[in-house]
Amino acid sequence: MIKVAVLELKHISKHFGAIEAVKDVSFSLEPGEVIGLMGDNGAGKSTLVKMMAGNFKPNSGTILIDGKEIVMNRPVEAREHGIEIVHQDLALCDNLTAAANVYLGRELRLGFGPLRILDYPTMYRRAAEIFAELKSETRPRDLVKKMSGGQRQAVAIARTRLSNAKIVLMDEPTAAISVRQVAEVLNLIRRLRDQGITVVLISHRMPDLFAVADRVIVMRRGTKVADKEISKSSPEEVTGLITGAIETV
Amino acid sequence: MTTSLTNSIAQKQQSWLTGVLASQTFWVFVAVIVASLALSFTTDSFATSKNLYNITRNVTFTAIIALGMTLVIITGGIDLSVGSVLCLCSMVLAVVMHAGYSIEVGIAASIATALVVGAFNGFLIAYIGLPPFVVTLGMLSVARSLAMVASGNTVVFEFGPDNDALLALGGGAWFFGIANPVMYTIVLGLLTGFVLRWTRFGRHVFAIGGNESAATLTGVPVKVIKVAVYMISSLSAGIAGIVQTGWLGAVTTNIGAGMELQVIAAAVIGGANLAGGGGTALGAIIGAMLIEVIRNSLGLLGINAFWQGTFIGGAILFAVMFDRLANYRRNA
Repeated sequence: MIKVAVLELKHISKHFGAIEAVKDVSFSLEPGEVIGLMGDNGAGKSTLVKMMAGNFKPNSGTILIDGKEIVMNRPVEAREHGIEIVHQDLALCDNLTAAANVYLGRELRLGFGPLRILDYPTMYRRAAEIFAELKSETRPRDLVKKMSGGQRQAVAIARTRLSNAKIVLMDEPTAAISVRQVAEVLNLIRRLRDQGITVVLISHRMPDLFAVADRVIVMRRGTKVADKEISKSSPEEVTGLITGAIETV
Repeated sequence: MTTSLTNSIAQKQQSWLTGVLASQTFWVFVAVIVASLALSFTTDSFATSKNLYNITRNVTFTAIIALGMTLVIITGGIDLSVGSVLCLCSMVLAVVMHAGYSIEVGIAASIATALVVGAFNGFLIAYIGLPPFVVTLGMLSVARSLAMVASGNTVVFEFGPDNDALLALGGGAWFFGIANPVMYTIVLGLLTGFVLRWTRFGRHVFAIGGNESAATLTGVPVKVIKVAVYMISSLSAGIAGIVQTGWLGAVTTNIGAGMELQVIAAAVIGGANLAGGGGTALGAIIGAMLIEVIRNSLGLLGINAFWQGTFIGGAILFAVMFDRLANYRRNA
């Protein structure tokens, strides 16, 4: 039996004026897989991610989810298709609690019509359950202002668990945090994978990639130059592919 | 598992008491009480029913607008036009009623004016992307000028057939002898507090002030909410204008001049954060109380009225400094 890819990109291209940001890229992602997306600045990985997130529409090529072709015009539509994004700056409001941030933009309410109030008990409980699931120390009422980098990541990741996302795109989750917190974040990624979620990890940090990823996709100048199992690659090879010292594999 | 979840949910970063003791609003309230007690003992004129009557009314006009201003400040904006909007709305009410229309028509026209002005401010800020400071500074000038145009720059003190109804609205005491303006302030204060704490709208107001791009990315309708808060701010100025007109029994084109600064001061003293993301309804009212107590006490103590600005300015600086010190201690 062939596993149906949860997300498939077929011959995706995107240009901005004369600049070809992404040229004819195809790959497919399977459930419960962690994929490292690597590439130097300007290699096209952000553009690629933004197309998967619904920020940009590709000029040509198709995106398939569970084998069905989809067209996304706005980021909200990506969420409806089960794709969640953890932004590099995490998109958190420091002045709100962990639970408030998890539910930001999709607050639960009680009552009916215009007389609806925030459902604090349910939001606190569900947020606490998600943090427990992620084995994070974060508590629902904690203010984000007072949190460490790792805890903030947990809040941003907890958001993706609300909607039962199938695919989580993470943009540089370990770029600006301490070594100890990196381990925490990598554990969070493993928990997501264990629940059958596909994680796309965009990172510059080679050790993190080799610690959690199952597969690596390398982009250079808008094209995909490698797509292989991490166990059959090495940091040296990936570096070579990124810089162009190794053409392709 | 369930017990640990319950613990986690119940867990707060600080106890109820430390929360109160760390709040600026609480200490401003203590200052109000201490000053009032001190004045009661040192002067014969403070704790008289006539003086307290004056104080409570004066507080209400500032407090009502400070409630609307607090919402704007929480989103990280500012509304400098409220003093002029108060004047314009009072004048619209006065002119309409003077022309012989009923009080209902007058109030409807006045409220509609406030909402249109607020929507105009909000549109320029949210959709065109102009800075709130500049937009509302422009409106400060425009609204007062329109009030002059509407009235021919005269004093209006006859309000047509419903003259008495208007005076009762502002000057009466319909509930248990509590002056109407005080009642309105309490009701609007509770309403604002409820909206901020219990509604999705209130949550989004805080989110915009905390991190506007995060709010946008998570699907908060940032632009719509920004327009709404400027409309609410104008509306609060319009309501204060209507009540004040009923209370004073006359409208001139210079009422509310400079009031925006007093209102912003009240909100900031009460704990609203000009950088956005923080503020409470109770704080706005208590901030307005402190300003009025300062103003009133200077008069009673025989201190030259020219010193008023210095004391109120000092209170603003002190309040902001308090906030900074509290944050410094927390981060240290």
